[in-house]
Amino acid sequence: MVASIAFYVLAAATLLSGLAVVMSRNPVHSVLFLIAAFFSAAGLFVLLSAEFLAMLLVVVYVGAVAVLFLFVVMMLDVDFAQLREGFAKYLPLGGVIAGLLAIEMIVVSAAVVTRGAASGVRDVPAPAADATNAEVIGRVLYTDFAFLFQAAGMVLLVSMIGAIVLTLRHRPGVRRQNVHDQVNRTRAQGVSVIGAPTGVGIPDDLPQAARTPAE
Amino acid sequence: MISLESYLTVAAVLFTIGIFGIFVNRKNIIVILMSIELILLAVNINLVAFSAYLNNVDGQIFAMLVLTVAAAEAAIGLAILVTFFRNRGDINVEAAGQLKG
Repeated sequence: MVASIAFYVLAAATLLSGLAVVMSRNPVHSVLFLIAAFFSAAGLFVLLSAEFLAMLLVVVYVGAVAVLFLFVVMMLDVDFAQLREGFAKYLPLGGVIAGLLAIEMIVVSAAVVTRGAASGVRDVPAPAADATNAEVIGRVLYTDFAFLFQAAGMVLLVSMIGAIVLTLRHRPGVRRQNVHDQVNRTRAQGVSVIGAPTGVGIPDDLPQAARTPAE
Repeated sequence: MISLESYLTVAAVLFTIGIFGIFVNRKNIIVILMSIELILLAVNINLVAFSAYLNNVDGQIFAMLVLTVAAAEAAIGLAILVTFFRNRGDINVEAAGQLKG
């Protein structure tokens, strides 16, 4: 009973926040509704006893991706009203196509539940009492799916390098530290010994060439 | 109790909302990227629901991979968006035609 109420509340929250993401005028509100949608979806995952994935959703999406979106939305100085032009024009066609798609997918899911692999499964089987969800995932992730785990790490590495390369900008006229030049500087380039006669010193107008080492 | 079909329906409607968002916000690439995130979230709900009801953890592993790819995609997409904004001064993707595609 409690689980049913929780399911309907979380499902309604997910769908309404999802709708608000695409309908709201201000993209900052869209990002905040996206965060709400991810939180509610994490609640749905908890109801499905996938606690590890629920926490992952909150950490990765709310903690990283949504903040990235928020950062970009607030950093770019864009006229968002101008970008909303044509919203009303595309609304009827988009609504019709979305409605058709939703009906099709609901019909297909009904068919899958009655005739597919999950037919006859009425309720979530009770999770094994001896292992937590994270433990169960870890046992297969590091054995059966070790290669996929490594591949996911590679995907993240490539995307990190890609994002840095795309946004890194070398402005002209900015003096930078050049480590290669610094390390390759020899003694001859850096130190010079000048014979200074007693009582005379080094003349002020001594040319640079004369300041080279005596040896 | 909650049936598998309820979860699949929620995922289907969320997926549709994502598609709808791409349709109606054709100029605003930020909202398009957020709609793609919604679509991937719907896919994740499907994967986790089947994983739970079939008592097989493989679906959750796959959902984690989808999560990874979605995060990478968001980072790259926003990086491209920032570069695009720097070059053009706006983010109207309908007017973008430098590649003459």
